[in-house]
Amino acid sequence: MTSLKSLFVPHRIVMMILFAALVVWCALSLRWDWIPQYAPLAAEGLWTTVWILVVTSILGFALAVPLGLAQAIGPWYLAAPARLFCTIIRGTPLLLQIWLLYYGLGSLFPQFPWIRSSELWPYLRQAWPYAVLALTLSYAGYEGEVMRGAFSGVAKGQLEAAKSFGMPRMTMFRCIWLPQAVRNVLPTLGGETILQLKATPLVATITVLDIYAVSSRVRSDTFIVYEPLLLLALVYMAIAGVITLGFRWFENKVPSAQR
Amino acid sequence: MPDPTPSASSARPEAIRISDLHKSFGSLEVLKGVSLTARQGDVVAIIGGSGSGKSTMLRCINFLETPKSGEIVIGGETVEMRADGSPANRKQIERIRTRLAMVFQQFNLWTHRTLLENVIEVPVHVLKMPRDQAVARAHELLARVGLGDKADAFPAFLSGGQQQRAAIARALAVDPSVMLFDEPTSALDPELVGEVLTVIRDLAAEGRTMLLVTHEMKFAREVADHVVYLFEGRIEEQGPPAEVFGNPKSERLKQFLRSVA
Repeated sequence: MTSLKSLFVPHRIVMMILFAALVVWCALSLRWDWIPQYAPLAAEGLWTTVWILVVTSILGFALAVPLGLAQAIGPWYLAAPARLFCTIIRGTPLLLQIWLLYYGLGSLFPQFPWIRSSELWPYLRQAWPYAVLALTLSYAGYEGEVMRGAFSGVAKGQLEAAKSFGMPRMTMFRCIWLPQAVRNVLPTLGGETILQLKATPLVATITVLDIYAVSSRVRSDTFIVYEPLLLLALVYMAIAGVITLGFRWFENKVPSAQR
Repeated sequence: MPDPTPSASSARPEAIRISDLHKSFGSLEVLKGVSLTARQGDVVAIIGGSGSGKSTMLRCINFLETPKSGEIVIGGETVEMRADGSPANRKQIERIRTRLAMVFQQFNLWTHRTLLENVIEVPVHVLKMPRDQAVARAHELLARVGLGDKADAFPAFLSGGQQQRAAIARALAVDPSVMLFDEPTSALDPELVGEVLTVIRDLAAEGRTMLLVTHEMKFAREVADHVVYLFEGRIEEQGPPAEVFGNPKSERLKQFLRSVA
């Protein structure tokens, strides 16, 4: 932890003054008068970015657990498809995956009348389900690989102890194996979640109005280029900061295993 | 330590009976037909050189290792085995395992749980004991092994001796009918061995049934009712500690005792 004293050394003070001057300059000499007009839209976009991030990370992780488990200990007929899935997802651009789902699947569905008349149609004709699906699969693909290593990495003795006390397999998985696997890769998962955040602007390419799309709208409406982008960078950094703090809080709750 | 005469020992019910146990790792035959009986209250020390099969024998009893053949009877109940030696009835082996508690060389405390959580884990999640009851009992057990003030500490912050004492508390929490000690002091710094042996000595004194694989000959002589010397997967010699240590018959045992003295 940085103590207050080590913060106030000459070179740090100079840097802080420079940074403060930069902020003041940005605030005074750049154009911010567009903000009030676009604030409601920006709030909506921020909300979209955040919920897409949270939902796809949680769903993706829920998929990553079986994907990792299948690769770590599964029989070949489960391990092979899981490995293939992770390889394909990790080997192709996310932008391509989003477009394949949206323009491919999305334009296939309307050809079937029974889909058009189904309860799901009001959702399937919108863009966000394809964005959520693509980002979920992407997170699952990367984290499936992480979880494979995490499951294999739990010390054998930890599971042996559980077994020796007659713990049933499901209990052992729930109480010992999964928590230890997740604990060991928490720092990795934190980093991957920040990558996931930075992948969300791609949904703007299929008309989902996230915070990035709002900044683009400001640019095309007002021809103001840099100010919205600067603010956008600040917003992403703030969200990334919250993610980092959240994961650190989790990490501090349980110390990592002795190695 | 009472030296059970045959008539006294046969009066007590059998805790564990192993008959003609064989075990191979690949082409390497580790156990070549071991038979052993422990009655309730017995403390059986198993000694032998490295590679003699003593840990493997212990680990076959709760099927952490799958024996090749043989018979294992725990508290009068025969473990159902398939032809390949694996347990045939998962429910049965899980139930039997809850009555056997193992203490490992490497402690194997669950690293993501505090000491208290380690001790209540099996009572709560396997034996379905009410949580507050398990917690109260866990505090008693931790106090008993001298860790009353460490209940909320994580294993990684404790010394090896403290971890092993916590592992013993975890084993006691299931109120086992037999305790299996697999070289409980071999991974400890010399100055920490004493505190763990003291706890085990107290358990022996209160009449716990235990099988103890150990390299601590002095300790084995002091607490055991029965000593078994394994050599290359066979029982070379066994008997009361005074006999085995004081008047060894086999040449190999004599040599072994000289080498560890």
